[in-house]
Amino acid sequence: MTNAWTDIKNTDLVVVMGGNAAEAHPCGFKWVTEAKAHRGAKLIVVDPRFTRTASVSDVYAPIRQGSDIAFLLGVINYCIQNDKVQWEYTKAYTNASFIVKEGFGYSDGLFSGYSEEKRDYDRSSWDYEFDENGFARVDPTLEHPRCVWNLLKAHVAAYTPEMVERICGTPKAKFLQIAQMIAECSSPTKTMTSMYALGWTQHSHGAQNIRGMAMLQLILGNIGVRGGGMNALRGHSNIQGLTDMGLMSHLLTGYLNMPTEREPDYATYMRSRQFKPLRPGQTSYWQNYAKFMVSFQKAMWGDAATAENDWCYHHIPKLDVPAYDILRMFELMNQGKVNGYICQGFNPVLAFPNRGKVVAGLSKLKFLITMDPLETETARFWENHGDFNDVDTKSIQTEVFQLPSICFAEDEGSLTNSGRWLQWFWPAATPPGQARADTWIMAQIFLRMRELYRKEGGAFPDPVLKLSWNYHNPGEPEPEELAREINGRALTDLRDPNDPSRIILAAGKQVVNFSQLRDDGSTMCGCWIYSGCFNEAGNNMARRDNYDPDNTGTHPNWTYSWPLNRRTLYNRASADLDGKPWDPSRKLLEWDGTKWTGYDVPDIAPTAKPRDVMPFIMNQEGSARLFARGMLRDGPFPAHMEPFESPIANPFNPKLRGNPVARIFASDVAQFGTSEEFPYAATSYRLTEHFHYWTKHNRVNAALQPEFFVELSEELAKEKGIAPGSWVRVWSKRGSVRAKAVVTKRIRPLICDGKTVHVIGIPLHWGFIGAAKKGFGPNSLTPFVGEANIETPGYKAFLVNIEPSTAPKGGVVA
Amino acid sequence: MIDSPRTAVSNPPTQPLASNLGPGDVVRRSATADLPPPGRQLTEVAKLIDVSKCIGCKACQSACIEWNDTHPGVGENVGIYENPHDLTENMFTLMRFTEWVNPETDSLEWLIRKDGCMHCADPGCLKACPAPGAIVQYSNGIVDFIHENCIGCGYCVKGCPFNIPRISKADHRSYKCTLCSDRVAVGQGPACAKACPTQAIVFGTKEDMKKHAAGRIADLKSRGYANAGLYDPPGVGGTHVMYVLHHADKPHIYANLPDDPKISPLVQSWKGVTKYVGIAAMGFMAVGSMIHGVFARANRVSHEDEAHAEQLVENPAKAPPPPPEERV
Amino acid sequence: MNMELSRRGFLKAAGAGVAATSLGAMGFGEAEAAIQAHVRGFKLASTTETRNTCTYCSVACGIIIYSKGDVRKGEKAEVVHIEGDADHPTNLGTLCPKGAALKDFVQAPTRLRQPMHRKPGSDRFEPISWDAALDRIARLMKDDRDANFVATNAAGVPVNRWATTGMLAASATTNETAWATFKVAKALGIVGFDNQARV
Repeated sequence: MTNAWTDIKNTDLVVVMGGNAAEAHPCGFKWVTEAKAHRGAKLIVVDPRFTRTASVSDVYAPIRQGSDIAFLLGVINYCIQNDKVQWEYTKAYTNASFIVKEGFGYSDGLFSGYSEEKRDYDRSSWDYEFDENGFARVDPTLEHPRCVWNLLKAHVAAYTPEMVERICGTPKAKFLQIAQMIAECSSPTKTMTSMYALGWTQHSHGAQNIRGMAMLQLILGNIGVRGGGMNALRGHSNIQGLTDMGLMSHLLTGYLNMPTEREPDYATYMRSRQFKPLRPGQTSYWQNYAKFMVSFQKAMWGDAATAENDWCYHHIPKLDVPAYDILRMFELMNQGKVNGYICQGFNPVLAFPNRGKVVAGLSKLKFLITMDPLETETARFWENHGDFNDVDTKSIQTEVFQLPSICFAEDEGSLTNSGRWLQWFWPAATPPGQARADTWIMAQIFLRMRELYRKEGGAFPDPVLKLSWNYHNPGEPEPEELAREINGRALTDLRDPNDPSRIILAAGKQVVNFSQLRDDGSTMCGCWIYSGCFNEAGNNMARRDNYDPDNTGTHPNWTYSWPLNRRTLYNRASADLDGKPWDPSRKLLEWDGTKWTGYDVPDIAPTAKPRDVMPFIMNQEGSARLFARGMLRDGPFPAHMEPFESPIANPFNPKLRGNPVARIFASDVAQFGTSEEFPYAATSYRLTEHFHYWTKHNRVNAALQPEFFVELSEELAKEKGIAPGSWVRVWSKRGSVRAKAVVTKRIRPLICDGKTVHVIGIPLHWGFIGAAKKGFGPNSLTPFVGEANIETPGYKAFLVNIEPSTAPKGGVVA
Repeated sequence: MIDSPRTAVSNPPTQPLASNLGPGDVVRRSATADLPPPGRQLTEVAKLIDVSKCIGCKACQSACIEWNDTHPGVGENVGIYENPHDLTENMFTLMRFTEWVNPETDSLEWLIRKDGCMHCADPGCLKACPAPGAIVQYSNGIVDFIHENCIGCGYCVKGCPFNIPRISKADHRSYKCTLCSDRVAVGQGPACAKACPTQAIVFGTKEDMKKHAAGRIADLKSRGYANAGLYDPPGVGGTHVMYVLHHADKPHIYANLPDDPKISPLVQSWKGVTKYVGIAAMGFMAVGSMIHGVFARANRVSHEDEAHAEQLVENPAKAPPPPPEERV
Repeated sequence: MNMELSRRGFLKAAGAGVAATSLGAMGFGEAEAAIQAHVRGFKLASTTETRNTCTYCSVACGIIIYSKGDVRKGEKAEVVHIEGDADHPTNLGTLCPKGAALKDFVQAPTRLRQPMHRKPGSDRFEPISWDAALDRIARLMKDDRDANFVATNAAGVPVNRWATTGMLAASATTNETAWATFKVAKALGIVGFDNQARV
């Protein structure tokens, strides 16, 4: 989230699209109801289903899953056509005026540079024109035919209300009503917020869904302001933290990148990360990359990391592919190329797409280790549960370790919420039985392996032997010790560069924040963006002052918000070019003639003059990108793409299937179904009564929503002879499930491209262990294809068939 | 700043506190004619449920189960979102979902109403109850069951215009929402109101709740709900659980919320002995066999009562819905 | 008041065939005959309060865990109740249907209490000691790493990848646990390392 949950109360219009906040984030949704009650805010919900969020909305519009880009570009088109643009903001704070080089184009649903064999674009034409100094050329009058604004205008022109209706199935009148409400937020004193979640990310074109809304928010001037922003509601309690901490195949901490094979040495790695400003005088904060990288490497390998060995650059693996994401790992498992797998609090049997392939993959492992507070289907994937897990136990040769871990009630530490608050919590209970902390388990595995490497040697032992592990009890690092490492400290006295006699920070002291980090090995820091969380002032994440001056929703002294305790990202953009708040009643920052003052920590140097330095300091441009250059694989602008399994062909190019650059493994191609065979458009989702596959273990939540079901319209139920509460079979090209039928008015057939499209909804909370009734999730059915840029599986749009059926067997809990 | 009245303005105490709700605060007591007047008059409290703000998340059900330590079983899906499927002795409150197409706009409205005890000012359950002290009403308006005194006869169910109390098959006593009298007694609001994510459930003095409702109704009217209003039905003397409804002109669309609830005239007119007999004559089945044996021998039912009872049985539209089989 | 005269007693008396049809005749007419009106004892009295954060979604509601015993004093502590923290700016004491039932997550019958081991081909888990499990895991991991570690690519560039063992990290653990996990996984060279953010 660019903003905080508590900031949503400041909005005038909430658009929930690609999410279902009332069900998935009820207590965060409270701030929507506050905005409605106290600001007269309106709520718009656009969703294939009439959700519980829709039940309290002012306007609901149906949309076919996977067609959001068309809707959003339709709204952008509407705003441009009707001159509903926050012009000062758009001209100054976005790259609307940047001139794109010749050769860039878009036709037949494809951008310039596409290669069908490679399923990839040559993105070299997706860039600016540069002048002799390396700065991008701009035309502030927006008259140049190839400036971003004119290209955008031409690109979205095809998305007329009629085209939106044709693709999305959203009635034209509803679309226009919503477009008009959104367009009103182009006023500098009206703000819209976007609340989205996995309904946008879990598509092969997920990033472009989000870009569509981000671009709309930019031309409305709604980024950086109170009550505005792009608010990714996010999933698990520390999904934000795990991402920030870089527990991903392609990341290091703080969004530093894993090196690739094309970066054989540190100098090469750094060369592509200098991020020189593309406009004069801009900040381009990533110019500090080396300070964060070296401090990270010092945190990892301590004294072993020296300038001479490039700070142990080769201790970090080099990727040969963009990422060993989960889809690739399970593909490799199926190919017999993976031997061991560790699931720390993760349940891939239910959580990953195409369960048949997932279980087949696990069955080929030599060993599987699970660490979890609860039983998981993954730990018992080899156990036969009749129809619910029909495996041949004897033939599965995988050795499995199920390790009991503690849960939140017994743990201590910080979690980062979706609003980037790092909140510390304390333990309250004694762990059950022999359950142990994950830190203990990880330390025990590490210490044992290190000992084996000491004794036996082996493959490249250095990064293991030299890993910095100086904890009070090496067998179980304490949360505060780890937090202090994450914050970082001075390794030698830090001296003032202008006055070397002055010591800024003595050796051993915690750095105040990342501004003190250096690239000469004199500082260490586990995760630069978190630096400041635990400095010499103490554990700032444990702060509990909930005072909120002037009720702005900022709560500046409540725990710690990264970066630098900043509560709203891009908050400089809340003021106009001269530093005056766009809306004085919603001031966040203001230029007082010498510095930025206000309620939040400025997202810009505190003395950076208003007209000199633009608000988007993490971008080389200093401005936000309506045109993304070559940064995404599937286009500098979003463009409508159908799901891989779609009830209609892409109206822009019927030959295109799905995202034309999304990776597809050969073994999965045969497992895509067609609309002839599988006529119904399915989508998967959570219900408010449950949290993923956890609460089915909880007697209370199991009582509130006990049994797996699917939802379908009264029309389809009638057509198929399906009675409410009866058993149905739902199947895709990849698998089959049986469920109870919930027949509802909340799902209605859509008309897309002249064709009736029936939607089938499949909630995801059931498995074969726990307090709830045994059931299937949607992932026996979902396709094994990822988002083109990040490989998030496309769980939200696929094809199925349905028929009346009988109860599955094996339902009696063993 | 949130100005809605909220119960969650403070966290519950953990230091031992004396209960501020005791026998001296009882203003009515089942099957008890001469109750000494209470020593003081507590301020009337109320829970206000704003149906238009409710997201049907069932946090109220969850909080209710946890606070009251009840154990609803894991049922099955029968094609609806209500789970459990009805109020039970283990489920004192229940979200009831209605898919209603507004004939004026032809658009779907998903009406979600939290069902449970209304804590009537004129409680039909208490009036119908034959067991002395099994049902009491405190001067703050809370109607509470004193289970030790309950005989499990089920008359309270019949006496309730909202069909709320449920008899436990395990201990044959009647259960319903207590308005978290144990929490109110130490200055806290009910667990459901504390939990409610959108604060669709609020709790405070009845007067404050009415004021808060007025603000909500004005907001709803500004959004086009011309008939938005407060549900505080006079037929039962008003209630200490009230609803804000977007369509207050037709409460029945909210899962059969009675348009004009009244205590059955039979219950109202029962005096002394005929009270018990009258109920028996209604053919009411939720009676333990031994108790039933006692009443079966009774023959002092008046013709008038009998006729009235027959009418009630034969014309269920006017009577509360019959109890589900599982409660018999 | 007469505490003896319980409901059960009444039933017995009635069943014995008392002829009277008035309950008053059976001694129930007086207020003293039954238990006095009372409310349930306040169950949080004398419990230990601990500030914690809901483990489910990333709204990260503040919660207070009420327990018998104080784990920070080294006592054995058991959760008796969990409620929203009214001082928390985001949730203001409210909780959703999952958060309101957190206690029954902590105390779920399917909580794990003991390391378990499944031998290849076996149809059951068998208990294993922590030491035996961890020793065996370290052995399996090291053997796999040593056998399949890719030190350099075809061009001779050091790549130091271990791709044959993967790991999924838990996105409900703390940042501190994440850091410890990150250090171990990345130092070992595990490239198939991901968390729920990917899905």
